[in-house]
Amino acid sequence: MPTVESPVLDETIVDKYEERRANLVPILQEIQATYSYLPEPLLRRVSRKLHVPLSDVYQLATFYRCFSLKPRGRHVVQVCLGTACHVRGGPKILDRVETETGTVGLGTSPDMEFVVETVRCLGCCGLAPVMKVDKDVYATLEQSKIKRVLNRYRKKRPAGKDATDG
Amino acid sequence: MVERVHHITDLEELERVAIHGRASLYPERIKILVGMATCGRAAGAEEVLEKVREVVEKQKLPYIVAETGCIGWCSQEPLLDIWVPGRPRVTYGRVTPKQVPDILAALPEAKTDLALAIMTGDDNPLTGRRWDYSNGHGPKVDGLPSYAELPLFRRQLRIVMRNCGILDPASLEEYAARGGYHALWKALWQMQPAEVVREVTASGLRGRGGAGFPTGRKWQAVRDAKGSPKYVICNADEGDPGAYMDRGVLEGDPHSVIEGMIIGGYALGAHEGVIYVREEYPLAVERITAAIHQAERSNLLGDRILGSSHAFRISVAKGAGAFVCGEETALIASIEGRVGEPQPRPPYPAEKGLWGKPTCINNVETWATVPVIVARGSAWFSGIGTERSKGTKVFSLVGSVANTALIEVPMGTTLRDVVEEIGGGVPGGHKVKAVQTGGPSGGCIPAEQLDLPVDYESLNAAGSIMGSGGMIVMDDHTCMVDIAKYFLDFLQDESCGKCFSCRVGTQRMKEIVTKISEGKGTEQDLDVLEDLAWMVAETSLCGLGTSAPNPVLSTLRYFRSEYLAHIRDRTCPAKVCKELISYTIDPVTCNGCGACVSLCTGEAITGEKNKLYTIEQARCTKCGACLESCKFDAVLVN
Repeated sequence: MPTVESPVLDETIVDKYEERRANLVPILQEIQATYSYLPEPLLRRVSRKLHVPLSDVYQLATFYRCFSLKPRGRHVVQVCLGTACHVRGGPKILDRVETETGTVGLGTSPDMEFVVETVRCLGCCGLAPVMKVDKDVYATLEQSKIKRVLNRYRKKRPAGKDATDG
Repeated sequence: MVERVHHITDLEELERVAIHGRASLYPERIKILVGMATCGRAAGAEEVLEKVREVVEKQKLPYIVAETGCIGWCSQEPLLDIWVPGRPRVTYGRVTPKQVPDILAALPEAKTDLALAIMTGDDNPLTGRRWDYSNGHGPKVDGLPSYAELPLFRRQLRIVMRNCGILDPASLEEYAARGGYHALWKALWQMQPAEVVREVTASGLRGRGGAGFPTGRKWQAVRDAKGSPKYVICNADEGDPGAYMDRGVLEGDPHSVIEGMIIGGYALGAHEGVIYVREEYPLAVERITAAIHQAERSNLLGDRILGSSHAFRISVAKGAGAFVCGEETALIASIEGRVGEPQPRPPYPAEKGLWGKPTCINNVETWATVPVIVARGSAWFSGIGTERSKGTKVFSLVGSVANTALIEVPMGTTLRDVVEEIGGGVPGGHKVKAVQTGGPSGGCIPAEQLDLPVDYESLNAAGSIMGSGGMIVMDDHTCMVDIAKYFLDFLQDESCGKCFSCRVGTQRMKEIVTKISEGKGTEQDLDVLEDLAWMVAETSLCGLGTSAPNPVLSTLRYFRSEYLAHIRDRTCPAKVCKELISYTIDPVTCNGCGACVSLCTGEAITGEKNKLYTIEQARCTKCGACLESCKFDAVLVN
């Protein structure tokens, strides 16, 4: 499967959808999920295929939070900044994640290992503060736990986690 | 579990499915259930489930292991339930994989290890029947409070959440056994479409997504609207931070939403439905999609539903991360593949909605309530709640409260009952300072108003709104200026940018509040803030803009003295605003353990192990890690 490292673009992603404007967002979502960003050649193909001006495709790609026009880090770290997380120290968790990953503010870390994002509520407010790394949600976080959580992904071990960190 | 495929074409077949469901809900063998909603997983439920499976397999135990959704007691996650035939169900909280062998070891003698258990029982408002094993009728478990006796559940009436944490969300049979799809049968075979609309109108149900528009009136408008086809949409773009009831329902009881939508389609003459779910809820997307496929295979979606002439199909659209898409016209634009910018109303979606056709948009909770209204009748439903707010409402009770939970209470229950009785109050002897309701469109209600009944009108009068039901309890560690800044940051970030007043107004307001939080504000700023707030509210198009000033206005109204402390005294009473606080180490209490040193982001802590550490103020980033890590309370915030 093509990844950030070897961006061999699979244009069939676009072709398997019906030519309906309603499919525009789903197609972009699949491209984003596959490549972790929206490569320009694919956006052009989407535009041709669905007969939607490229400017419209670009408008969507920049309006919605889940799309990115630049390649992103291998692991997506989403720090929740919902209200419950905010009052329980979410911003401090974010600062700590930025320090540990070496990103300046939000964005991709210099080693391309992580991309740090904020998310407006993961819906785990009862266990605040929380963050999500790829598909795993980590709850009742403290600053001292962050390094350990992130290291697990650095070592590229399969994304399992033990309950003691939960 | 291998799914049996049913072709449910009549009531008899539905009853047969329900019998299978009862057999798997209350089997003849011991059953172990683990709550596997997103919150449970975050707390480690997957590891608990894995351990249960491992022990059961290794010891070749004849037990059934199954998953369920979330019963709502978030602070007790991961939750594990044990069903021993002939006894009430027993629930264990905060289970770790290590405890699993002990819990299971106590089972062969049909004894449950009560030392770890937290409660027993459940009930079912859909049928109004309490199964014989539950509280009041079945055998009690000595020494264990029953579900209905616990403060958390005693005041609750679970209509929307009737099945959450009880059944396996992947089991259509169990849903049928709990009375599911019986309301659909009743609507299709015993009621005319107009009668269904009349029932919903008479029930007094109001939209649970936030604005509280009477659902029956919306339905009537869609029924009366000219144009076809008509569409039915479920708004599951639950964007309010601090609210997660829609996720809870979609993950815990997806069929209740599907059933509600099919009934809605029948009442309104619509044959197509769309569920618009936030992308941030992958498990909800997965479960609702699976439930739709299951309903399709069982003839509950498609043509000739339950043998009637009604045809209905549902598709799922995933959001792409834009808060404003919770607004109905923006949501429709998003489904149509356009950017989620709200449109002026009228025309309302009831006349011109999806693809320009009459469209009925209701929230997850509203749809999940519909089957119960049809099954139990409007008179029963409108007997619950207050004069103008009928039925129940699900709240996510979070923040600084002992029992963080998803709860469902009759409208009109007071905030005090919710926070102090159900929530168990603020932990650690602290006091409630405010309760924030309604998300970024709502406000902060001060502790003095805790006796406020929770209904649409009372919350509006207090300067907040019901919203989708987030209820964030704040104590004296929360700075109200910081909260206002937080919501403004949220709103200026999520403003779609269409209206100048919202786009720039929220930015300017945020700049002013930020200035105040840094101790650089003036009293004049407060007047400008109020002016700006009025301007943004009056001149923005959609709900996001018109309600954007609420967090600022409500905090100014109730907590003006805190703003003034930041302005006049340059202090943050709650010790939150970074620019106004400093961290020091108390030389008397510090024992030199050094726990804080490795966590210090600014390398500002110097000293020697077993002696004394000090913080170099110039290097301190005020991350607060030292305060968090110090077990001896030696770090002081000034």
